[in-house]
Amino acid sequence: MLERDVLVVGAGPAGLAASIEAAKAGADVLLVDLNMKPGGQLFKQIHKFFGSSAHRSGTRGFDIGLKLLEEAKEAGVEIWLQSTVVGAFPGNLIAIEKGVDGGAKEVITLKSKKVIIATGASENVVRFKGWTTPGVMGAGAAQTMINVNHVKPGKKIVMVGSGNVGLIVSYQLMQAGCDVVALIEAAPKIGGYAVHAAKIRRAGVPIYTKHTVVEAIPGEDGTVCKVVIAQVDDHFNPIPGTEETIEADTVTIGAGLKPATDMVKLEKCQLTFNGPFGGFIPLHNDKMETSKSGVYVAGDATGVEEANTALEEGKIAGISAVESLGLISPKEAEKRRIEIWDRLEALRMGPFGERRQQEKDNILKEYEEKIGTAVEMD
Amino acid sequence: MALINDGYLEFEELNKLQKLPSEERYAKGPVAVIECVQEIPCNPCEAACKFGAINVGNPITNLPTCSHDKCTGCGVCVSKCPGLAIFIVNKAYSETTATVGFPYEYMPTPSEGMAVSAVNRKGEVVCDAKVVKVVNPPAFDHTPVVTIEIPKEYADEVRSIKRL
Repeated sequence: MLERDVLVVGAGPAGLAASIEAAKAGADVLLVDLNMKPGGQLFKQIHKFFGSSAHRSGTRGFDIGLKLLEEAKEAGVEIWLQSTVVGAFPGNLIAIEKGVDGGAKEVITLKSKKVIIATGASENVVRFKGWTTPGVMGAGAAQTMINVNHVKPGKKIVMVGSGNVGLIVSYQLMQAGCDVVALIEAAPKIGGYAVHAAKIRRAGVPIYTKHTVVEAIPGEDGTVCKVVIAQVDDHFNPIPGTEETIEADTVTIGAGLKPATDMVKLEKCQLTFNGPFGGFIPLHNDKMETSKSGVYVAGDATGVEEANTALEEGKIAGISAVESLGLISPKEAEKRRIEIWDRLEALRMGPFGERRQQEKDNILKEYEEKIGTAVEMD
Repeated sequence: MALINDGYLEFEELNKLQKLPSEERYAKGPVAVIECVQEIPCNPCEAACKFGAINVGNPITNLPTCSHDKCTGCGVCVSKCPGLAIFIVNKAYSETTATVGFPYEYMPTPSEGMAVSAVNRKGEVVCDAKVVKVVNPPAFDHTPVVTIEIPKEYADEVRSIKRL
């Protein structure tokens, strides 16, 4: 049977950072990802990242991705692409549907001493009349089209949602040569960073707060040709009589993300509901260990944040995994964790971060109260 | 507040939230105008300035402050700011005109001498402009800094151009 010290699921910033830390400490690391390329969302991020100098701020996301892939290669991380975890069984056994050449799949059972889950998040949808019409898509899908596949999703875009995803993808759609004819936000104010909003305003994008999409109307070819928007009341219900029709061929929806918890459920890790973090998330301690001993989590799967926090959490998970394997001393591991938690605290400051810091503290506290010490379940 | 409701800063709002260069400083030539007004965890502008004019300090959510007397208006910070929120304003360009330098990451990149339409923070065209300089070295990592010449009275208003 195939055996590894550490299995990392998800090759985004959290999974890559965890793999690099674990491999550098001498662990045999297998990193699996369902996509055709590693890097998670990093290779879609063509903008320069915020953050501190310690987080390579001012560097474009895809360059951070390239750097991480290089480090993973140097550290000897083995990567399986187009591969999916399909089962978890007693005795630390994990079934993986491995992608092999020619698009075929092969199911392989792996015995892994430690598991790090870094499965990221998935996009939320907004339902409205005509929401299944071709031309309606997630903002993340549109971003993949332009920045990975170099295909324009349409000519005239209506973006729904003013969080950082909606704002940044609007900017990038214009960079790709599309026109963003409206950005719609149901809340009374813009959700993302003002500087992101400012740059799309300068480029002439009208921002409609307190508005929602009522309908996407298909044209003769069956794809979106008109979009009806309307003002909303305090309960986010459209106000009759306020409808406006906008000519557009694409509706992109940036209505937030929710943590992808399939794998933590498979491992039977204890979950908690956390609204600000996007939904159900696994409880974890300051080692990023879940309720199940030897199973760690990191990144958006623990609550939706951003790439820098994902990277740092990934490092903690990697360090904790190799500490429990005896590859680094508890003293060394603790020292490094403290440094990283300090950096995380700096990232979770200010009006956009404070809430996340509070919620993270609550999760660690809830773990202490409900779990205390991770248990062997097998 | 226009900023969080509509996505742009009114000049008065900016003036309250950031220390802007004095008219005396403007009279001496190009200077950085930092339009970063939200406490977000970000500090590359601080390291970008080799003259030590920009300070963020600890915690990194502090708003950047610019010592305008140390600033030479070189424009390196403009290309480094991930928020594209720094501009170089030269109100001493000529008797009647000023220049505004801004980051411009759309294709095609404007070329020097080109006639363009200058826009304000809301994206409204306010006047005609001429591109006087385009700086785009590898160190700017694909964020060209474009400088346009405009009538002096629009120097506090113009922040970009209509996309080409």
